[in-house]
Amino acid sequence: MALYSEKVMDHFRNPRNVGVIEDASGVGEVGNPVCGDIMKIYLKINDEQIIEDVKFETFGCGSAIASSSMATELIMGKPVSEALQLTNKAVTEALDGLPAHKLHCSVLAEEAIKSAVKNYYDNNGIEYDPKDFPDPEVEACHMH
Amino acid sequence: MFVYADNAATTAVSPKVVEAMLPYFTEVYGNPSSLYSVGQKAKEELEEARERIAKVLGAAPREIYFTSGGSEADNQAIISAARIGEKKGKKHIISTKFEHHAVLHTLQALEKEGFEIELLDVHSNGVVTAQQVADAIREDTALVTIMYANNEIGTVQPIPEIGAICKERGVLFHTDAVQAVSHLHINVKEQNIDMLSISAHKFHGPKGVGVLYARGGIVLTNVINGGAQERGKRAGTENLAGIVGMAVALEEAVAHMDENNEKFAKLQDRLIEGLSKIPYSELNGDRNQRVKSNVNFCFEGIEGESLLLLLDDKGVAVSSGSACTSGSLDPSHVLLAIGRPHEVAHGSLRVSLGEDATEEQVDYIIKSVTEVVEYLRGFSPFWGDLVSGKRPHVLHQEGAPLGKIS
Repeated sequence: MALYSEKVMDHFRNPRNVGVIEDASGVGEVGNPVCGDIMKIYLKINDEQIIEDVKFETFGCGSAIASSSMATELIMGKPVSEALQLTNKAVTEALDGLPAHKLHCSVLAEEAIKSAVKNYYDNNGIEYDPKDFPDPEVEACHMH
Repeated sequence: MFVYADNAATTAVSPKVVEAMLPYFTEVYGNPSSLYSVGQKAKEELEEARERIAKVLGAAPREIYFTSGGSEADNQAIISAARIGEKKGKKHIISTKFEHHAVLHTLQALEKEGFEIELLDVHSNGVVTAQQVADAIREDTALVTIMYANNEIGTVQPIPEIGAICKERGVLFHTDAVQAVSHLHINVKEQNIDMLSISAHKFHGPKGVGVLYARGGIVLTNVINGGAQERGKRAGTENLAGIVGMAVALEEAVAHMDENNEKFAKLQDRLIEGLSKIPYSELNGDRNQRVKSNVNFCFEGIEGESLLLLLDDKGVAVSSGSACTSGSLDPSHVLLAIGRPHEVAHGSLRVSLGEDATEEQVDYIIKSVTEVVEYLRGFSPFWGDLVSGKRPHVLHQEGAPLGKIS
């Protein structure tokens, strides 16, 4: 079997929603260059709490780029509450699986979205439970 | 266009080698240990291959032991030297931080047994000096093991000088010459090498066969136990087709070494010059003291696995020292050993040309790498931070001055 599924290669070769939203409602960035991957997610959220647009920028391996791309597809047009429910497992399944040592890429995608939503909440004075969001201070490279 | 430029990983078996191997599958298929004619014929051919390989390396035939490849040869050389040393109370072993894992992991296993392993620092140009070795040798040093040429960055170590020092100080000296034997002139006697490892598939021979040269008088310790093959030091029916193929491949490689190197040198210059034009890229390893077929670069702001997967889509087969490609958390220990920070080491690329490489192919590699690096930087937040000044650049915009890397 090849390293990556056809789905992963498709999203890696033709990543969806690449780019920047200049007037984003929320921006989230996770990972660090020492570990070899950074994901940045930009969200445009309307008054009805719907994600009108989402874009990403990623530094990382093939599965990191594919996970970002898939994650943006999964939350596009969805209510914020639903985006917060997106798990790394859902991203992995939508990609028809990832190799065990690449699963952390899907975790980064989940965390990047949560981080962007948190930023949106912060920007708009919306209350939330910090426990529901990843700790941005965790800098150690991790493998799940 | 398809360009295979990962010859440091493995090479295609040459047609001449394939042809030489074929009779040993269906005609001379006897077991060299058998007494009847087809077995004895196989034994003769085995010994002839041993003589041919010994001659190329400047060794005696009885000093050549056939193994399953470079890793086994490295394991056996190091374990043997350790056993010889510990009998005399010598349990100190000197090596370097950027050896192949076949060496490093064997040393780690010995460390758990109580050996003291001293890994020398590697200079930023990817070379250790003979003086470093001289300074590290102690009364209780059992072995010095230093690779001839590095597998990732191709830098060539001063093996004859190190050999002379080890001889003078009475310390066993092993070198992993897997990446060197087809690119550099090796003579074990003249260069005072006590033990040396090579692997056939790195020079257009088959996979699964290699050589451990051990100077006469060095008592080897078995890694594979069983029958009395290889003078009782390596059990298992000999891979005769592979061994004959290796002998032919080695003779071919060494016979054409100078003309190949002349050609490689021009292509290497062209490739380094072309890749250096990519902003914030740098050559890894000394510009001159390197195997002529190897070029290794770091590119800031991108990750190596993405780079090589997209190059594969363009028909360019190369490798990277990124963590993603190794399946571990850390990028290449070689790039870290020469002082590249993690974030730069993640964005590395190794090109190892084959003898049939052309200028056109090299230009295609340059064009493809330039395009892919630019594309990946286009949506890399790390690159964005470097451009905006949020994070400082580590590499020079114009690359390091060629020939002046120290």
